[in-house]
Amino acid sequence: MLIVNKEIAQAIRGHGARDYPNETCGAMLGLDRAEGREVRTLFPLTNRRDDSPRNRFSITAEDFRAAERAAKDQGLDLVGWYHSHPDHPAKPSEYDREHAWPWYSYVIVSVASGEPRDMTSWLLSEDRSHFEPEEIASLMSAPPGTAHR
Amino acid sequence: MAVKLEIPTALRQFAGKQASVEFNAATVGDALKQLTGIYADLRKHLYTDDGRIRSFVNIYVNDEDIRYLQKENTPIKDGDTISIVPSIAGGANL
Repeated sequence: MLIVNKEIAQAIRGHGARDYPNETCGAMLGLDRAEGREVRTLFPLTNRRDDSPRNRFSITAEDFRAAERAAKDQGLDLVGWYHSHPDHPAKPSEYDREHAWPWYSYVIVSVASGEPRDMTSWLLSEDRSHFEPEEIASLMSAPPGTAHR
Repeated sequence: MAVKLEIPTALRQFAGKQASVEFNAATVGDALKQLTGIYADLRKHLYTDDGRIRSFVNIYVNDEDIRYLQKENTPIKDGDTISIVPSIAGGANL
């Protein structure tokens, strides 16, 4: 379970809306607890895919290291990544799967005509064959398994 | 040559939960081969099906990306550190 408070969820949606029609991206910093993976803060990043930002995002090794340092400085772990799907459902694509790392939570927010919509979270299976949906729990008390709005 | 190989958080579950391991290796490729020989579950996350390092897997020797050195043939000196540093990529199907 991914625990995301209202402010974090709004920040992810807002980043997606600001970068529309391009894909946005960023790191999620937090801690794994018994009750779930809690996202404490975000580390917004720049989409480095200048050639195809409308449907691709890229976070370089340098940006990864910057996010890692930010997490360490705040006593947190780098627990996952968020990105947006402009005018596309908040479901991971085959391209997402091919490029995913295990362990991290992958949050996707759909941004339709500039307006943020569904937000979902996913974990890559150990054999890399698919993503498993990860429930998002928040203060908004959405029913379990519901796409986060 | 004695080398320390640092394991990124995302892969530690496949490497006995270790943050780093140490090997004697002559090259980066040799060290990675030893790593995936001991921890076979790492292989699919580091390599494609045809045996190439995945594009989003960055390998550094100390602070240098091996793409700008001799790639997997990059020689190792005593005390070097090999780091596996992720790139993150994705995007909608269009």
